[in-house]
Amino acid sequence: MTGVTAHARVTAAPDGSLPLLRGDGPFALRRTRAAGPWSQVTVVGAMSAPLGGDRLRLTAEALPGAALRVTSAAATIALPGRDGDGATYDTALTVGADASLWWLPEPVVSAARSDLRMTTRVDVADTARLVYREEQILGRAGEEPGRLVARLVLRIGGVVALDQELAYGPGVPGYDGGAVLGGHRAVGQLLVADPAFADKPPEAALLGGTAVVTPLAASAALVTAVAADGLALRRLLTAGAEHLGVVA
Amino acid sequence: MHLDHPETFPHRHTWSSAAPTLPDGTRRALRIGLGGPVGSGKTATVAALCRALRDRLSIAVVTNDIYTREDADFLLRNAVLPPERIAAVETGACPHTAIRDDISANLEAVEELEERTGPLDLVLVESGGDNLTATFSTGLVDAQVFVIDVAAGDDIPRKGGPGVTTADLLVVNKTDLAPYVGSDLDGMARDAKAQRGDLPVAFTSLRGEDGVRPVADWVLERLAAWTAGRPVRAAAV
Amino acid sequence: MSTRRTALLLLADGRFPAGAHAHSGGAEAAVRAGRIDGPATLAAFCRGRLHTTGLVAAALAAAACAGCDPYALDAAADARTPTPALRDTARKLGRQLLRAARATWPAPELHAVAATRPRGLHQPVVLGLTARAAGLTPHDVAQAAAYDTVSSPATAAVRLLSLDPFDATAVLAGLADAMDAVAAQATAAAEAVLATGSTDHLPAASAPLLDITAQQHAAWPVRLFAS
Repeated sequence: MTGVTAHARVTAAPDGSLPLLRGDGPFALRRTRAAGPWSQVTVVGAMSAPLGGDRLRLTAEALPGAALRVTSAAATIALPGRDGDGATYDTALTVGADASLWWLPEPVVSAARSDLRMTTRVDVADTARLVYREEQILGRAGEEPGRLVARLVLRIGGVVALDQELAYGPGVPGYDGGAVLGGHRAVGQLLVADPAFADKPPEAALLGGTAVVTPLAASAALVTAVAADGLALRRLLTAGAEHLGVVA
Repeated sequence: MHLDHPETFPHRHTWSSAAPTLPDGTRRALRIGLGGPVGSGKTATVAALCRALRDRLSIAVVTNDIYTREDADFLLRNAVLPPERIAAVETGACPHTAIRDDISANLEAVEELEERTGPLDLVLVESGGDNLTATFSTGLVDAQVFVIDVAAGDDIPRKGGPGVTTADLLVVNKTDLAPYVGSDLDGMARDAKAQRGDLPVAFTSLRGEDGVRPVADWVLERLAAWTAGRPVRAAAV
Repeated sequence: MSTRRTALLLLADGRFPAGAHAHSGGAEAAVRAGRIDGPATLAAFCRGRLHTTGLVAAALAAAACAGCDPYALDAAADARTPTPALRDTARKLGRQLLRAARATWPAPELHAVAATRPRGLHQPVVLGLTARAAGLTPHDVAQAAAYDTVSSPATAAVRLLSLDPFDATAVLAGLADAMDAVAAQATAAAEAVLATGSTDHLPAASAPLLDITAQQHAAWPVRLFAS
């Protein structure tokens, strides 16, 4: 098996410092300027990844009381590998008591013939706040999409609040039909966990014909959107974030 | 914490109308179904019944629309009952299925009304306008009324069908229109008698003062029987 | 065995009086949006629904039938249903199925659920408990759940589009292999849940358009179907 194995890590402390900031393989981590008590880290691609066969891990933790914002410098483009192997990309996010994490990377683009399995596990303390965005684009301009399976699990206080797995691309039955993506080429979600929702859950809201804001059964809310392209998708997710009182 | 349904509801034992008592041992409300073809005046009859009886009885209404909520909205607009006493059941384009073949959604609605606003004396279950064959399941209602009108043709009683023939009360509505549409009320009464034997028929004109009185009186008789633990259905009296 | 087969036929019959006839499984919204307009698009819709919602429902049902904790399964179903309109629908259908099940196959387990959760459990969980009371296997009920997720939209499409019912039935027959595969996958997941005691092994396949349009549909002032 060929491919890169890498594990990048970042930990934010309540004083705004980053006691752990370790890039690896294709991940270069840069501390970037942020306002107030926030620490901000930008993930910069140091090489083309993920390619088929790559095993990538990204771990971020906001220690109790910390406020961390993570962005990325460019879209992540999933590409096919030489041997036809799939790639994995596992993200583990932990948000401690009274901490905040804003996780706002650029989209993942599934290039033709790519095969990527993404797993994101987010563990949020009961008193923590989270803003998490993910966007997937089905193929670069004018090409067929690769295959993507993306699972997102949110736990609040150790209890599963959201478990979603999106799959599309060659070999995924029915993904392009009217129940799943219906021909749309961009899909994404924005997840907000906020202890204030326990007393006052946000109202469900419709954002045009292809996006919706929904309160979960736990103290979190989800914006779900499909769109023709990444730009339209971002607009929908941003509108949903604003509905939830988040200005990203 | 689960945020969808923090409210608590009492425990439900029953799965059909067969049981005459609620879990707490009290007698549940009498359930009367109103069916009949489109435009015969079912909703108007329900509205008139509510107006005639609401000062004496605690009433709630379940509507079964072909399109959601139209009849419920009519009742709300006309303020015949407070909104929490009106529930709309969606029927997937088949109101006769919801009142006869698969009554589970209607039973849900009836029981929720009793829990929300109870104790109730009377629940009226109105079917969506359907055809002459639509009747209520005995698992849903204790007695049923079939509403036709003179303007749809004075041959309907003669044609019969399960609604006309077996309903506990047949209501022939819009009698005020008979002279204008050339309907023969005496003939309709004779045909109904031939189809129904001793089962009662009420001729109504809801435009007149107290026009719903014959139906309201019939409902009160049924309720008296129900409260006394006697059989409710006219055929069994 | 023959008793079991009859119970399976009863449970999978669209005429089983548990409220399904008033629900379109998202088809009414898809028809309005032009995403279902004939047999081909109905088939694509059903295939997508089967491998997402259908897989999750089948696994929940199989796990409940196998004896996993129904309340933990219900919480797992919540986490897999981000749309409140669909959670409400699932619980409402769960209550209606429980009513029919308690009359058809009375069992202490079913009565206990009614007593402890008057607001209901997600329908697939109740389906699994019903199957258990009727003597069915987890694989049986996974098959029934998979079938249910495609028969609802197919039946609704016939009513909504005046689609040729023979075409709609042929669409369902064409999905037979896919339903078998989903039932097998769901049964395996249920076995993993039973063996480990963790609902993390349940599939979580999501269908963004079903989630989005279900919430829209619930806000329509005029509609034929409840969902």
